[in-house]
Amino acid sequence: MARDDADAPGGRACSLERLGNQDGLSRVWGKRMSGELSAEDFRADIKNWLEANCPPAMRGPMRDEADICWGGRNWVYQSHEQRLWLERMAAKGWTAPTWPGAYGGGGLDRTEEKVLREELDAIAARSPLESFGLWMLGPALLQFGNEAQKQEHLPKIVRGEIRWCQGYSEPNAGSDLANVQTHAEDKGDHYLVNGQKVWTSYADKADWIFCLVRTDREAPKHRGISFILIDMTTPGVSTRPIKLISGKSPFCETFFDDVKVPKANLVGELNRGWDIAKYLLTHEREMIGGGARGLLGVRALGEVLANYASDEDGQIVDPMLRTDAKRAEIDTWAFMLTLERFKDQAKAGRGVGDASAMLKYYGTELNKRRYELMMTAAGTDGLEWEGERSNDGALAREWLRTKANSIEGGTSEVMLGIIAKRILELPGG
Amino acid sequence: MNLIPTEEEALLQQSARKFLDDKASVKAFRKLRDEASTNGFDRGLWREMSEMGWAGVLVAEDSGGVGLGHRAAGVLAEEMGKTLVASPFLSSAVMAATALGTAASSESAALLPGISAGEIVVALAVDEGHKHDPAKTTLHAKPHGNGFRLNGEKSFVVDGHVADQLIVAARTSAPPTGLTLFLVDPKKKGVEIERTATVDGRNAARVRFDNVEANGDDIVGDIDGGWSILERALNAGRAALSAELTGVAAGAFGITNQYLKDRTQFGRPIGAFQALQHRAAHLYCEIEVTASAVANAGRELDRDPGAAAGAVSLAKARAIETARLAVSEGVQMHGGVGMTDEFDIGLYMKRARVGTEWLGDYAFHAERIAELRGF
Ligand SMILES: Cc1cc2nc3c(=O)[nH]c(=O)nc-3n(C[C@H](O)[C@H](O)[C@H](O)COP(=O)(O)OP(=O)(O)OC[C@H]3O[C@@H](n4cnc5c(N)ncnc54)[C@H](O)[C@@H]3O)c2cc1C
Repeated sequence: MARDDADAPGGRACSLERLGNQDGLSRVWGKRMSGELSAEDFRADIKNWLEANCPPAMRGPMRDEADICWGGRNWVYQSHEQRLWLERMAAKGWTAPTWPGAYGGGGLDRTEEKVLREELDAIAARSPLESFGLWMLGPALLQFGNEAQKQEHLPKIVRGEIRWCQGYSEPNAGSDLANVQTHAEDKGDHYLVNGQKVWTSYADKADWIFCLVRTDREAPKHRGISFILIDMTTPGVSTRPIKLISGKSPFCETFFDDVKVPKANLVGELNRGWDIAKYLLTHEREMIGGGARGLLGVRALGEVLANYASDEDGQIVDPMLRTDAKRAEIDTWAFMLTLERFKDQAKAGRGVGDASAMLKYYGTELNKRRYELMMTAAGTDGLEWEGERSNDGALAREWLRTKANSIEGGTSEVMLGIIAKRILELPGG
Repeated sequence: MNLIPTEEEALLQQSARKFLDDKASVKAFRKLRDEASTNGFDRGLWREMSEMGWAGVLVAEDSGGVGLGHRAAGVLAEEMGKTLVASPFLSSAVMAATALGTAASSESAALLPGISAGEIVVALAVDEGHKHDPAKTTLHAKPHGNGFRLNGEKSFVVDGHVADQLIVAARTSAPPTGLTLFLVDPKKKGVEIERTATVDGRNAARVRFDNVEANGDDIVGDIDGGWSILERALNAGRAALSAELTGVAAGAFGITNQYLKDRTQFGRPIGAFQALQHRAAHLYCEIEVTASAVANAGRELDRDPGAAAGAVSLAKARAIETARLAVSEGVQMHGGVGMTDEFDIGLYMKRARVGTEWLGDYAFHAERIAELRGF
């Protein structure tokens, strides 16, 4: 597997070979291998490239969720610059900086990835692409997919051509995810899928869905699940949006009615989908815990406080709010350092494993706290739901959306359970 | 910057743990406390620690130290915290050594080899009253003849009862920063030392200065230039104390987590109850998050000690809250035995309380961060 040789001794040389035809990068790597290119050169290269290629309109903080680029066949670019920025970053592989170059990724190691991110932050560059493909499916395919699946799907994720959604939850399989009942029947040359998923984020906008399906009803529940990929345009797939308390409808019920799925779309071994499911969840949780702007909201606490709650000298007026803001700032700063520490600890491209439960739990509870503070700071202005002044109630809607952070991807209670059992090794109930 | 331990730090951590498990377990600390040692620490143990270079961890090699830096000091402090090791590490090896090293005069440098060898203890006399607040220093040094006269009182001078020398923060010009640091021999005329046994089984001192004479050679750094040196020394101490507190939290959590597996009620280990599992898991998260802030403070001090105040306050604020949670949850989850002197968890609670107050409490450090952030 790709990541395996990248970690092995001599892995550098292997990944270099895979990078072979990517001229810009192989130049960088070539120099690096010959010891010519120092870390400062690398940083300078990136800085120069970003200066020349990041459109000014793509710099500066996002104003709200509408500024996020999700990609996909049906994506309507918000602006010419948004398209340009995605295309340029994707050509470099920097929408997926640590994925191997052979699959369109940037082939960067952890240190280089950090440099890239620091330089992106330095010019306040917007993320060129957010997607479930980048956060979840990609890492799972790199680990469990066969060569054809990687070649087929990964480059399209990197370029934002295909948008993926996640078909895990069902009406009777939430926290108890292994209880999925959507059934895939072996029909010789294909699987016939029937059943229903729920809370499928962006199912109505996605091109493909990765799904947990039951392929053996007799086996113990964890041993009869498979992981398959389904094109959303296949006959028999339909979606129905569900409205959230934020008033938006980013998720759906997804129905499968005699859907024919080619056998080549099975990832990994039949009936061993649970291992993939769990591995993918660790990546999802790491993302939700720290990096997923599309889920966590785009606002900085300091900015909201400065706008609403501070006097002419910039001092927060309400002493209680000031105290709470201090605490939130302290915990946020320490948490950001923790995200970095755990990523540094993880082997490149592998994710943080069980610690993702901690990052997810802590990061999402913290994010909810921050949005509570923003709402307090904004006072009655934060209550506006419509109209230009409030950007159609953007703050209030984000605040409500953050309440899902500690539910989606596994609830806080489930995360604490994972920590207790897998990390602290406390006895079962 | 990378927060995971370097190879060198990992080795230091392992050898420290091995040594401390052997020589300085909680049992050893308990024995010290039960003997009501007036030193408050085991001099033999301190000598051995010094031989391994711990007392010289922040002292440059040409002054007899090993000069490993603040992150390394944090690694040692954290290991000491895990088994509640009592020693003059923080007072003498971290704070006094940093003050003297920063001042870099020949008089101050002369003390560094003795500190690194663990032969002398130098204590920092800063606090007055019942809260840490160096900006409000009132003990003053007034010019007198060719030198100065010091008058005032210092409280909570950790290891002040056994110190061979004191570094005293004295007001010489306008608040808050108009301070001068004086090196004072505690045997000098006019210095009165009162040992104060503290809740954690260690010692500090109240020190009264009544017309104590000092001259120019006794000044650490420059006249009216004490503030920045003091800040360096205090920040070094705060970072190391944060590391110790993280060790205290981890130590308390370790014995509590074990107890959850061992103690049976209702026919199963109490650790099988979800209410306790979730609290334990939450505590684990808090400790991990704090450990990052602590590692970061050490790294920032090593990178640029003049620009690390925010990182240090972050570490101290987090370490205080985490240690507090760890020991109170620890006692609660032990039930009745948690209240007994025989069980170790109470010893952790006491040390955490001292670490909370020493060198600035949560409010003190949170305010420093708020100012940095423009709140
Ligand atoms: C905005 C949003 C987007 C989502 N997007 C997707 C998506 O794209 N794809 C997808 O597959 N799913 C998605 N989900 C679904 C999400 O993963 C589930 O909602 C989640 O796993 C919880 O399942 P549930 O809703 O059935 O709640 P339940 O499992 O019924 O939980 C209800 C409550 O009981 C608690 N609980 C349950 N079991 C235990 C236990 N053993 N111990 C203690 N407490 C327990 C829970 O913590 C929770 O508080 C999304 C959800 C939201 C809110």
